[in-house]
Amino acid sequence: MASELVARVQANPKYRELKARRTRLAWILTALMLATYYGYVSLIAFDKDLLAAPIGGGVMSLGIPIGFGIIVFTVVITAVYVWRANAEFDALTKQIAEEAAQ
Amino acid sequence: MKASTLKAPIVKMLAALFVLAPAAAFAAAIEGQAVQQPTNWTAIAMFAGFVALTLAITRWAATRTHTAADFYTAGGHVTGFQNGLAIAGDYMSAASFLGISAQIFADGYDGLIYSIGFLVGWPILMFLMAEKLRNLGKYTFADVASFRFAQPPVRMFAAFSTLAVVAFYLIAQMVGAGQLIKLLFGLPYGYAVAIVGLLMMAYVLFGGMRATTWVQITKAVMLLGGASFMSIMVLAKMGFSPEALFAQAVQVKTDLAVATGLSPEDAAVRGRSIMGPGNFIKDPISAISFGMALMFGTAGLPHILMRFFTVPNAQEARKSVLWATVWIGYFYVLTFIIGFGAIVLVASNPQYLDAAGALRGGGNMAAIHLASAVGGDVFLGFISAVAFATILAVVAGLTLSGASAISHDLYATVFRRGAPEKDELRVSRITTLVLGVFAVLLGIVFEKQNVAFMVSLAFALAASGNFPVLLLSLLWKGCTTRGAVVGGFAGVITCLVLMILSPAIWVAVLHHEAAIFPYTSPAIFSMAVAFVTIWLVSILDRSPRAAVDRAGFDAQSVRSETGIGASEASSH
Repeated sequence: MASELVARVQANPKYRELKARRTRLAWILTALMLATYYGYVSLIAFDKDLLAAPIGGGVMSLGIPIGFGIIVFTVVITAVYVWRANAEFDALTKQIAEEAAQ
Repeated sequence: MKASTLKAPIVKMLAALFVLAPAAAFAAAIEGQAVQQPTNWTAIAMFAGFVALTLAITRWAATRTHTAADFYTAGGHVTGFQNGLAIAGDYMSAASFLGISAQIFADGYDGLIYSIGFLVGWPILMFLMAEKLRNLGKYTFADVASFRFAQPPVRMFAAFSTLAVVAFYLIAQMVGAGQLIKLLFGLPYGYAVAIVGLLMMAYVLFGGMRATTWVQITKAVMLLGGASFMSIMVLAKMGFSPEALFAQAVQVKTDLAVATGLSPEDAAVRGRSIMGPGNFIKDPISAISFGMALMFGTAGLPHILMRFFTVPNAQEARKSVLWATVWIGYFYVLTFIIGFGAIVLVASNPQYLDAAGALRGGGNMAAIHLASAVGGDVFLGFISAVAFATILAVVAGLTLSGASAISHDLYATVFRRGAPEKDELRVSRITTLVLGVFAVLLGIVFEKQNVAFMVSLAFALAASGNFPVLLLSLLWKGCTTRGAVVGGFAGVITCLVLMILSPAIWVAVLHHEAAIFPYTSPAIFSMAVAFVTIWLVSILDRSPRAAVDRAGFDAQSVRSETGIGASEASSH
């Protein structure tokens, strides 16, 4: 890529904003995902009984809603990223590309 | 002795966990099998039907595959939704399906822990890499990793690491496929492996990525459909009450425990144990290390990364991951219902058990028997054919990524720079043939090996080599060619050495007393070695090349963030 183009894009405040916002969102969501998963792994490693504890007076155990909750959380957190990216980042990217082409 | 106490749960865990999980247990099942399974004609007919369908897809794809872009990335015209299905297809191998449902059938809740481990890598791949991959890459992940670096060394590392990952994954799939066919259709093992090899070569040689993708999509839809049908039938029998399903499963397990001579109190405890975690995790280091291999290995598997170049732009790449996560998550929910359904409907039905009360055809056949229990012979045939098709599709994807590592990364970039596209494609096709023959031979040689272990090695290798190199080259300006190459090799080699020293090889294969490396997975150590080495070598790198590498970061960054200048989807 031509270096003037790179310099022009980099000088664009919108580019800096896009980069900062996306990076921030990505790391926050990554941290959330890691905390959730390793929290679950720690529960399995250190407190198996809690996950096996019955709930609702039947055989259903606490581990089942927690486990399914993590599956749903994984899908939802991915969707949150896509939703934010579609709403904010694509428009910004388009503007940056247009301004760079001028 | 620590190693020996660890070994049993480790082998069991590996066996249940990995894509080809069942294969290890298949091996055991086959060895212990006195009577061979009767030939299942319905299954064979379904299987033949599926093969005919996939060959038709290949024929169609072949007429549209002319350029390198067609061959490697289906011309870049796959939509996000289609690509999501294909990625899910790559991930939902027969063994995820058979292996995880079998694990739930045996131990209940533990199976869910494995499923979750497989799923959580996707958001990470999405947040940190997916869009950047699409914006920077063309055909292989090495295009991305070497974007601002000196091409030959990085390409050589990428080809080495890709081939290592692909080899272990491929052998495991071949062995698993051979055992599955032998089990289902009563064919000799060698023939079974050869059939897989031939079909896979046909898909890749003639249809390239377009055929591979559509075979994968077809299979993913059939697998999701079949698994949904089974789950609905199971739930319908329970009046759509999960509580009833779990209660009956606990009852069946309790009755089985009583039958083995346990006191009613102990039997009740045994029955109840399927509702919580069992022996999955013994020591926290193994747990975390294993979780890391799964989570980050996903983001380093070359055949998965390659799929990001089949979509036209970053938005579609994003959509691909979301759809893949949705389908994979949904699939794991289904396997959970199928596993518990099998406890209720299969474990208590003498029709599916042998004289000793064990599952006919081996423990991994739980889902297959459940198919028969809820849908009769025709549905059984369908599910068997889908299970086999799954392996074919995964093997084709792996072969394609191995072939592109040789033709695109080594041949066209290192050995014969600027080679005409025609020659590059020819090399790719020759490599496919060689890899196919190689895979069949190795599949035969490794028939008795613990293949689950080999897949785990593939995941750990991907997490220790490709992932750190890719991540740091994308995110860290200071990373240099020398750092990436030295660190990448250090990670991969550390991973290989620790694997050899671990109980699964050192004790089980080489018959030493105790393992030198006692943990299940080397990932936590080999990943650390890779990251620290890349960092250290990079900051100490004062070569002229290092200055070029660092100076290239801004241009890389602009393109990875905005897609300006990215490879357009080639249309023609």
